[in-house]
Amino acid sequence: MPAKTQVTTTINGETVEFLCEPRQSLLEVLRENLRLTGAKEGCNNGNCGACTVLLNDLPVNSCLVLGVEAEGATIRTVESLANQGHLNPLQQCFLEGAALQCGICTPGFLVAATALLEKNPNPSEHDIRFNLSNNLCRCTGYDKIVKAVQTAAKQLQTAKS
Amino acid sequence: MKNFAYAAPTTLAEATQLLASATGVSRVLAGGTDLIVQLREHLRDADLVVDIKKIPEVMSLKLSPQGLHLGAAVPCYLLYDNADISAKYSALTDAARIIGGWQIQSRASIGGNLCNSSPAGDSLPALIALNAKCVIAGPQGTREVPAAEFCTGPGKNMLQKGEVLSALLFPAWTAHSGSAYQRFIPRNEMDIAVVGAGSWVKLNAAGDTIESARVALGAVAATPKFATEASDFLTGKPATEETFAQAGELAKKIATPISDMRGTAEYRTHLVGVVVKRTLADAVTRAKTAK
Repeated sequence: MPAKTQVTTTINGETVEFLCEPRQSLLEVLRENLRLTGAKEGCNNGNCGACTVLLNDLPVNSCLVLGVEAEGATIRTVESLANQGHLNPLQQCFLEGAALQCGICTPGFLVAATALLEKNPNPSEHDIRFNLSNNLCRCTGYDKIVKAVQTAAKQLQTAKS
Repeated sequence: MKNFAYAAPTTLAEATQLLASATGVSRVLAGGTDLIVQLREHLRDADLVVDIKKIPEVMSLKLSPQGLHLGAAVPCYLLYDNADISAKYSALTDAARIIGGWQIQSRASIGGNLCNSSPAGDSLPALIALNAKCVIAGPQGTREVPAAEFCTGPGKNMLQKGEVLSALLFPAWTAHSGSAYQRFIPRNEMDIAVVGAGSWVKLNAAGDTIESARVALGAVAATPKFATEASDFLTGKPATEETFAQAGELAKKIATPISDMRGTAEYRTHLVGVVVKRTLADAVTRAKTAK
């Protein structure tokens, strides 16, 4: 039975090397080995999206990616959104729009919404709800999250023009 | 999770050799959205996990006038993001769009959905309706099997030790044809099909008569099923609501659903009629508007 494998990957713009057993998920590696605790373990089976990270610009449930599968990949976590402590526009809209209460789902929503706005800078309400359907929230009832994403989308569009 | 050995071969030959010679239990890893959960929850076992995502044929997606080659580990999002494939193989992309959510679709594959062999797998009725063929690679070579014959029971399929699904092949798209997949679920997204139906039709040039049709059902038997009688009935019939409803009634005859927390057998049987009717209507609309 193999012990640990060395994996080299890019996380939030930096080259990172870690050792992990094949059975360890990317979520586990991020949180335990690399102390990137932004991604949360909500269900560990791909239903809740609290562990969402971007893998090669795609949102994935990091609980369903093995650490060894990250070899050669480019990963972005919620930690990449703020700039030296300054919240980015999406985060600011969540905060000001009260789109979080306990906050456990929030990193996952922020990462998924980041991917959505990168793919579709002008999403409809349906687009937002559909594309964020793999993220569950127990506190807010979703409406304020949807509104925060809409507000952020508008701000980012205005900032571009 | 029990620890396992992990291998990532770069050729099909290497993969089948690893699988054939493995001493313990070996499992193929594509998107991992079923397997990793199962390993974690001890529903399935693995001493060796063979990651096939480094094998070119298995990751290739090619649409040509000859048909569609869908590598077994191609993630769902590559299907519905492709406008051409969405227009010509709509039932397939309908399913790809609703398996789990976006995070799942970034990794999960149609091939994996098929090999997981859940009776409720969303892509299965679409594969059968579209008459897909499964290309299976093994130590002795390659064989092809119609999608309708692949699953043999809940969670079971006809792959033998050492074999791996390498691709799904879909026939060439023809003019005046269209397809659709729909499922009934209590929520809007992120649910397991209570009943699923995939329909494919080919119309005459005028668009008022069905020349040929294929209807398949999911989640109402131990495996997905091709509705032979309903499909045959549609040949030569006018493309009307009345016809779709009659086909739905015939399809009900092959449904043998169970009662469980998602619905009673009676309700599921009723839903077969509804979902078949709707998918036929959508398939016909698409056949009329397809270019």
